[in-house]
Amino acid sequence: MAFAVLDHPLSPVTSPERLSHLRRLEAESIHILREVAAEFGRPVMLYSIGKDSSVMLRLAQKAFFPGPLPFPLLHIDTGFKFEEMLSFRDEMARSVGAELLVWRNEPAIAAGTNPIALDTKRCCGLLKTTALLDALAHYGFNAAFGGARRDEEKARAKERIYSFRDRAGQWDPKNQRPELWNLYNARLHPGESIRVFPLSNWTEMDVWQYIHEENIPIVDLYFARDRPMYLRGDALLPVEQAFVARSGSDGKPEQPTMVRSRLRSLGCSPCTGAIRSDADTLPKIIAELLSFRTSERANRAIDHDQEGSMELKKREGYF
Amino acid sequence: MALTHDNDLIQLQIDQPPADTNKTAANGAPAGEPETWNSTVPAFNPLFDHTPEPEPLAVSPDLVAELADPAFEIEAFLAAERSKDLLRFSTAGSVDDGKSTLIGRLLYDTRSVYEDQVRSIEGKGSAGAGVLDLALLTDGLRAEREQGITIDVAYRYVSTARRKFIIADTPGHEQYTRNMATGASTADVAIVLVDARKGVLSQSRRHAWITALLGVRHVLIAVNKMDLVGFDQAVFDRIVSDFTAFFGSIDFGDEVGTGNTELRFVPVSALAGDNVARVSDNLPWYNGPTLLELLETIPVSVAELAQPFRLAVQRVVRPDQHFRGFAGQIASGTIRVGDPVLVLPSGRTSRVASLVTFDGNLSEAAAPLSITLTLEEETDISRGDLLSSVGEPATVTNQFTASLVWMDQQSLDPSRRYLLKHTARTIQARVSRVEHALGIDLATQATDTLALNGIALVEIETVLPLAVDTYASNRTTGSFILIDSETNATAAAGMIRSFSALPRTPQASDGPVTAAERAHRWGHPGAILNLRAPATLINAVERALFDRGVFLLRADPSIAPTLAAQGAVALTAEPADSQDFHATIADLSTAGTLTETSLSDAAASVLALLRQFEQAASEQTKGSAL
Ligand SMILES: Nc1nc2c(ncn2[C@@H]2O[C@H](COP(=O)(O)OP(=O)(O)OP(=O)(O)O)[C@@H](O)[C@H]2O)c(=O)[nH]1
Ligand SMILES: [Mg+2]
Repeated sequence: MAFAVLDHPLSPVTSPERLSHLRRLEAESIHILREVAAEFGRPVMLYSIGKDSSVMLRLAQKAFFPGPLPFPLLHIDTGFKFEEMLSFRDEMARSVGAELLVWRNEPAIAAGTNPIALDTKRCCGLLKTTALLDALAHYGFNAAFGGARRDEEKARAKERIYSFRDRAGQWDPKNQRPELWNLYNARLHPGESIRVFPLSNWTEMDVWQYIHEENIPIVDLYFARDRPMYLRGDALLPVEQAFVARSGSDGKPEQPTMVRSRLRSLGCSPCTGAIRSDADTLPKIIAELLSFRTSERANRAIDHDQEGSMELKKREGYF
Repeated sequence: MALTHDNDLIQLQIDQPPADTNKTAANGAPAGEPETWNSTVPAFNPLFDHTPEPEPLAVSPDLVAELADPAFEIEAFLAAERSKDLLRFSTAGSVDDGKSTLIGRLLYDTRSVYEDQVRSIEGKGSAGAGVLDLALLTDGLRAEREQGITIDVAYRYVSTARRKFIIADTPGHEQYTRNMATGASTADVAIVLVDARKGVLSQSRRHAWITALLGVRHVLIAVNKMDLVGFDQAVFDRIVSDFTAFFGSIDFGDEVGTGNTELRFVPVSALAGDNVARVSDNLPWYNGPTLLELLETIPVSVAELAQPFRLAVQRVVRPDQHFRGFAGQIASGTIRVGDPVLVLPSGRTSRVASLVTFDGNLSEAAAPLSITLTLEEETDISRGDLLSSVGEPATVTNQFTASLVWMDQQSLDPSRRYLLKHTARTIQARVSRVEHALGIDLATQATDTLALNGIALVEIETVLPLAVDTYASNRTTGSFILIDSETNATAAAGMIRSFSALPRTPQASDGPVTAAERAHRWGHPGAILNLRAPATLINAVERALFDRGVFLLRADPSIAPTLAAQGAVALTAEPADSQDFHATIADLSTAGTLTETSLSDAAASVLALLRQFEQAASEQTKGSAL
């Protein structure tokens, strides 16, 4: 019998020669970014301005250094992003020297689509999913990078790094291509595409630690400041869009309150709740993360419209 | 499908004090949570440390208070995090053995799930009233929740005070074997579950087989559902001996087999948590570590560092005409500035001029870093070429024997060509022969085809040569996938076992004269010297080397490796019109033949010689031009 049956674990825990977990994750992500850039004719990076996008963008800079990014950035603008996100976006694209494309579902925006007039599900469908599919078709992109992580949600936990999408941009979770080692199947028929998730194996904690270690710029909304908020029970809604305000029983518009707060994840302002926080530095944010009892997406209205809603949205073409 | 679940489950006692809602609110939890949820889950805690032994969940230390403690130093935490190691493990075993429940239990007991995630599975699933069906924490697809089985891999993440883990929870159902293989392919450790009541089933064997086939070096056998056999030691002992006997009989058709694999056995109850993250009073006869302790302490191999250098070029980076770099991830080994590298399959050599990264140039880099390197000599290199150690090169071949796991609905058609993707190269290939397949009973049987989830030993022929290693010696350069070029489906995963038909890298003869003696006699190790230059130059170099006593022979490229292996400098000449002189040298001496003088020293001295002649030659050109 050739193999060993062991009763007790051997003693050493970590070997100093091994790379730290962040360096390993970084190396894997860079490998993915380079593979896609080499194998697809028309790749694009979905840039959503949030912390994950910021990390993904830095990894792309690393992957192609000293050359430029071999693909443009695409922002799907719902019209409900925070004002400071948009200026941050333009500044980032300029500083890394990347081409920035912005796509809005103008007809839907003009028709007054918003999450209160419609429900969040239909609003997201029009302003995010439809806009994304239209943009990909318009430019003919066949591979789109997204910053989603598997630890965010249990349907995402099931998704491949190369997530195959049919001609309608849909995901078939029951029939995903096997994905062994780091050998990705990049073959597509015309009209088909893939979404690629280079941060698949990163956790929220990894992302924050990396931002800290690497000094990666992020939108100031992540840091605690005194900000005007509408109070809804314990939830805080940022004052950004006029239609979010309710009118009180006396008919007067709701008055915001100044609250020391920050955003844990960035989305559209009407659907992203802020949290009370004193964390105004990265170490404080990381310490705060250790104390959280609810997940990152618990403050986002869109994920719990119904059980399994992320899976349904993804099937329809959502990122 | 016969997919029934157990209904004879024990009831987990969950009676805990109510949550302290003030603390929760301060951390941003939604307001007005119904009191029905009886805070069974402590806060998310990547600091989780199970030593000293944690109290049962109900009285677990409150993390919020712990963090408010002035003794908690964020800087110290970050420093500890920086040095943390990453371990990847996957689950395997027959359907319903409790894999997902085990991972759910691990997430729960290490406090790696959030309250809202636990709340979302309350009162659902098959575990009975008042018992959380922990499998629902990982079974994230609607179809999985509806059918009560796992269909595809779930990737989950756990962090303890000692290590970070990437977990792949895979399906046990036979129909989804390819998804199980997906999860195991990147794992350092596999947990194979065995249901204590059922013993080692044929599906458990099949999964254990695939796990070992995929080169997972550490296998933890978790004998689960011990609660349903009265925590009986005899049941455990029988499974240990059955499994060990079976595992010893595995044969992959190569010399290595399961020789590298280590087995460890743990009795557990995934549902109740015995021996998963906490020691169980129900198993007084078991003195070994818990499953989590094993995972935290298993020494992860640094094999990839000890192996010879390999890097597959993913992209050529050319921002302008002054920079030409080769980007890729180091698959194994270490590389330093100045090291010679062999470019395969062309066989040219060059030297590393710089190791470029966004964060500054490095003098040395090791697996698994992703880097960009530049070479001293302008060499014709493109995507898919393999940069390899000169002393221990990969083998260039277009025919090899491999283990194949078939993953497509459409069966293997030996008359067809498939696309074969190996590292960064995709070429056409054919499965020229199926040597034998594994039957249901895991006995080998003769066949000439292979259907979905079938495993076989096959012969592969590629249209162009590839630079490969065996899977046993290198997981990256020894693996490949087959793609159906019509449907684009990933048809199979392959692991290279041996190079049966083509000449291996020639070995120096073990006859009466050793390679070391030859090297001593001629004053240099064997090498292939490839010159691309005008004929006059080549002649001049040959003359100069010969005059200096170099044992030099002109050779056709096909015979050069054989000569070099026996100590000669084999000169392969490519007459060219251009005046620019191009010389590469490959040292093919093997490690065993040159133990005294280090290989890189030997290569360096031959290169130094070459430089001298390069100089002489250019002098001569000037002379003849005048
Ligand atoms: N009594 C008892 N039941 C268990 C234990 N572990 C799992 N179960 C039950 O066994 C059934 C199957 O558990 P799963 O975790 O879904 O099994 P699995 O191995 O993940 O199944 P597949 O992924 O479909 O192959 C569920 O009803 C579990 O509650 C255990 O330790 N004791
Ligand atoms: Mg399962």
